[in-house]
Amino acid sequence: MFGLGLSILNLARFQFAMTTIFHFFFVPFSIGMGFIIAIMETLYVVKKDDVYKKMTKFWGKIFLLSFAVGIVTGIIQEFQFGMNWSNYSRFMGDIFGAPLAIEALLAFFMESVFIGLWMFTWDRVKPGLHLSFIWLTSIGTMLSAIWILAANSFMQHPTGYAINTVTQRVKLLDFSAVLKNPQLWNVFPHLIIAAFATAAFVIAGMSAWGILKKQEVPFYKKSMRVAMWVAMFASAITLITGDLQMQQVIKDQPMKFAATEGIYEDTSDPAPWAIVQTIDSKNHKVGAKIEVPYVLSILTYHKPSGSVKGMNTINKELHEKFDAKFGHKIKDYYVPPKTLFWSFRVMTGIGSLFFLLSILGLYFNRKKTDNVETKRWWLYVLGFTIWLPFIGNTAGWLVTELGRYPWIVYGLYTIADAVSPTSTAGQLLFSNILYFSLFTLLGGVMIWYSKKTLNHGPSFDGESETLNVDPLNKEAFK
Amino acid sequence: MTALQLLWFILICVLFVGFFFLEGFDYGVGMSTRLIAKNQEERLALMSSIGPHWDGNETWLVTAGGAMFASLPMWYASLFSGYYILLLLFLTALILRGVSFEFTAHAETKRGKNFWLWMLFIGSTAAPFLLCMMFLSMVQGVTMDAQGNAFVTFSQVVNPLSIVGGVAGTLLSLVHGLNFIRLKTTGVLRKRALDLNKILYPVLFAGEVVFAVLVYFQTDFFTERFVSSLIITLLIVVSSLLGYFGTLKNKEGISLIGSGLSLAFVVILLFNGLFPRVMIATNPAHSILIKDAAASPYTLTIMTVVTCVLLPIMLGYFIWSYYIFRKRVSTEGENKY
Repeated sequence: MFGLGLSILNLARFQFAMTTIFHFFFVPFSIGMGFIIAIMETLYVVKKDDVYKKMTKFWGKIFLLSFAVGIVTGIIQEFQFGMNWSNYSRFMGDIFGAPLAIEALLAFFMESVFIGLWMFTWDRVKPGLHLSFIWLTSIGTMLSAIWILAANSFMQHPTGYAINTVTQRVKLLDFSAVLKNPQLWNVFPHLIIAAFATAAFVIAGMSAWGILKKQEVPFYKKSMRVAMWVAMFASAITLITGDLQMQQVIKDQPMKFAATEGIYEDTSDPAPWAIVQTIDSKNHKVGAKIEVPYVLSILTYHKPSGSVKGMNTINKELHEKFDAKFGHKIKDYYVPPKTLFWSFRVMTGIGSLFFLLSILGLYFNRKKTDNVETKRWWLYVLGFTIWLPFIGNTAGWLVTELGRYPWIVYGLYTIADAVSPTSTAGQLLFSNILYFSLFTLLGGVMIWYSKKTLNHGPSFDGESETLNVDPLNKEAFK
Repeated sequence: MTALQLLWFILICVLFVGFFFLEGFDYGVGMSTRLIAKNQEERLALMSSIGPHWDGNETWLVTAGGAMFASLPMWYASLFSGYYILLLLFLTALILRGVSFEFTAHAETKRGKNFWLWMLFIGSTAAPFLLCMMFLSMVQGVTMDAQGNAFVTFSQVVNPLSIVGGVAGTLLSLVHGLNFIRLKTTGVLRKRALDLNKILYPVLFAGEVVFAVLVYFQTDFFTERFVSSLIITLLIVVSSLLGYFGTLKNKEGISLIGSGLSLAFVVILLFNGLFPRVMIATNPAHSILIKDAAASPYTLTIMTVVTCVLLPIMLGYFIWSYYIFRKRVSTEGENKY
């Protein structure tokens, strides 16, 4: 359409990226918030200290906002596979649908029913029972992550399948192999723990703004301390699980790994690590760069020696491996190197920064001499850190999913084959514009209401403007 | 067709029945915020009556979609890609309506709340209309190629039966929602819902007759399986009569069951008429049959085992959550919005 590269394929890919990235702002945040709020309410039930109830309710408001936007944007995802990627749905139907259906039956019902109970039963049931509602919601969100990642992991690293010789589609051979997919158990802990870090830094950051306003300082300091503890453990484990996941990528998808490090030619032995560099993706060359010796060998092999294969070599290998079947479709096997190189640095940079920040935070927040309210520079740092986890999560998503290119199911099915044959550029343009407008509205309102909630502070409970009620309409109040 | 394939066709039908029975009254309550509520307090009370439930109810649809993808993937792929624009609008309605609950609670000004209450109303009206329109369009047959791609034309989506079906489904949801309001509220809201339903039922019966006539002429339901289609059509009317009886005698539980059953039988009529197909093509050679749409026996077995374990547990806490909120809501007292 318009000859501007607005091909059906590109529009559909853009839509998937846009809807998933937007959805994925709220998913890790909600998973993390649900967990931290469950901890807060546990503290309330165990210690019977009302400040923890206040905490649970206050941060619960932010959680519910995120949860609501997460749910409605999640429905798009379920429909999208059929709407835009019908050939993919046909190809993968035997394997991909089952985890989705189980996710709905097991996790979505749990989340949606128990969050409803949690929201509305503060005064109706005993504290212990009420506490179980938030834990069940939180467990529901995590179960949901397992199942959608089980489906996604197959796309990254297919296991337990055969190709049906008649239809040329995948056929499920061994369901337990799909669930035991090593990819799944590398990604899941990384994602869940990163979700905890996400929520922890948002709580810490919002608390910092609250302290800067000199409102309810003890409340925010206490919230900040809970968040900082979660943040410290979470960011440390995120780094470790990230490394485990990288080991899997090195083995399964060497092209993705080479791209995240921006290596075209095989490196020397030991391999130096480029902190920053310029990339000429057209001519497959690296320009100027700043390097640290040995580090890439250590990152790759956990020892100071060994060379790392470059994209040019891997491209040749992949040609040999896949050309017999896919040669007529795939020109070359390069993935977008600039995006991967920089996304990887943004993600790991933010992850490492988080670890440092949380250690500093715990030090400043330590109980004996907690005078964090006097360190305004620190509060501003935390206040602006609120946005970083979302950028880090998006970068992580980009590395994982763009690094699959040109495959939609690694080694089995190309992205170009997967798109709906019925799609038109007009439809896709329309839906892209519509979704973009909706997301702008939802994102804006969500941020606006979160800010309002923060401005009112934790003691606010009710309406700022009394509702105009007709006094003659007394019967309505019977 | 194997027994498992049949089972999953029936299960998807059951999930849609559950969805329309439950989310049907949510939509109806959403619509009635502009029909029987006279001020914002009353609108918020109506919203509160479905506040804890709407999300769980909507999950029936998500599960139906997931089950379709898992057990009859060729159906899922053809249907969802074929009805692209219609489903896009349906999703927009679900999104605006879905966030309206939480956003209304957070909005502080009257105007802010009012905006999201309008979104609730618009979404709740558009969603059942569009979904019923899709189903009633689908059963008339659409243009398909040999690979199972549905190239649905405008007149295949928008035609007398699809519009009447959409309107009738929306009206039935409204009636159902009003019956729910009668059961769940007190005072004037309860009374106004009753009064409105006394007017709406005769309109609904007229709609059902037109609907039945159009189904007779526009689909092959009555040529393919005359007896069952006739019986189910009569059951739709009988259930509605039961609801009307409950309305006249002021029996709220019976009314709700009556209108819920009407919705259920509409879904059953459609699935019964579709059988053994899942997509009807204008060229019968291209229609997709259950046996061609289904996932492998192994996948279906796994899904069946999983469902046998999970479904009873889910139903247990699902029903229990309704028991917890069995109390009527009113404009005063504890409600969140």
